[in-house]
Amino acid sequence: MPAQALELILGRQFVDSLSMPAFLVDTEGNLLFYNEPAEQIFGLRFGETGGMRVEEWSTIFTPTDKDGKLLPPEGLPLVKTLTSKEPAHGSFYIDNLNGERIFITVTAFPIIGRPDRYLGAMAMFWKSEMQ
Amino acid sequence: MNIKVWGCRGSLPSPGPENNKYGGNTSCVQVYDKDTCIILDAGSGIQRLGRFLSPEIKEIHILLTHLHIDHTMGLGFFLPLYNPTVEVHLWGPSSSTDPLLQRLRRYFSAPLFPVRLGDLPNHPIIHELSMTDFELGRFKIKSEYVCHPGPTLAYRIQYENSIFAYIPDHELRIGSADFPNNPEWTSGFEIANNADLLFHDGSYTIKEYPQKIGWGHSAVKDVILFAQMCKVKRLAVFHHEPTNTDQQLDEILLGNLKDQTFDFQIEMCREGNTYSF
Repeated sequence: MPAQALELILGRQFVDSLSMPAFLVDTEGNLLFYNEPAEQIFGLRFGETGGMRVEEWSTIFTPTDKDGKLLPPEGLPLVKTLTSKEPAHGSFYIDNLNGERIFITVTAFPIIGRPDRYLGAMAMFWKSEMQ
Repeated sequence: MNIKVWGCRGSLPSPGPENNKYGGNTSCVQVYDKDTCIILDAGSGIQRLGRFLSPEIKEIHILLTHLHIDHTMGLGFFLPLYNPTVEVHLWGPSSSTDPLLQRLRRYFSAPLFPVRLGDLPNHPIIHELSMTDFELGRFKIKSEYVCHPGPTLAYRIQYENSIFAYIPDHELRIGSADFPNNPEWTSGFEIANNADLLFHDGSYTIKEYPQKIGWGHSAVKDVILFAQMCKVKRLAVFHHEPTNTDQQLDEILLGNLKDQTFDFQIEMCREGNTYSF
């Protein structure tokens, strides 16, 4: 497998060193890495799952609004960032693998390396109080 | 492919009798065949190289890994730049902001240097590189950004079936996840993978490294692990600390080889060394 771009390597190291949940995806939305605080929210361990293709990990969590209505993918911050290559922010509910319903706030931003190479995105999120 | 080392010291030229074996000039490596002359970095070693180049050579390609002063300080003293019959090409890393030409002009201007680029008889031809594959004569070259402060490239140079990898300034651990067990997440892996010869930054001992994290350099022990991971055939540790004498460099190498066997050759790079493939 070819090595990742330096910006993603450094991005992974940065995410790995944070105590706030964060994950890293490539330009297609494939999940490259998520850190330990994110593991606690997802109910998954990166050491067990490794990276995941977008169609695999996007079906694990069901993003919904406060009434439990499924949110369209294009409304999610990370999908917006991957589409527009611009930062995006938003809040919604997910049902994790431990059966918990969690309200999270997500900020996603693109990773654009030298010189203007679009490489993917990073998303940081917060477990918020239920609305 | 022929390779000659004209400087392998890091950070600052360090002449002196205590450094005669490994040399005191900063980064400069000549890579050539009978038709093509490539020079990797323009540290203080390029001054001597310029004096010994054949007058038959009319085209020279200088590939800069980055613009830190120990890799550029010799440029103004490179005699072919003042010869109107020689065409010099300068290749270097793209940045997110200023063009390479503008960044090079900072060196060729007051107060650092009295001669401006525009005063040279032939203005060097500037080429910006990022993740680029290109050819110079029969040499196939790949450039790739690696982990070091500021835009910094490493070069993989292929000549027929031989591969020379040049990563003179590189901090392996700061960007690498689960080093040395995860090549996909190790900066520089694509450059060094299966190389016949690897020149790699090994500025520090493993004891010194924790005090210098983030400075952009690696410990000799890590470089050996990296070379092992990349399955190189020969490793020459590069970018010696200016404060390390010949005796200290020998001791560092011996300490890292003690009680271990490796299936590839390991040495401290030495000014004047030549390699042929």
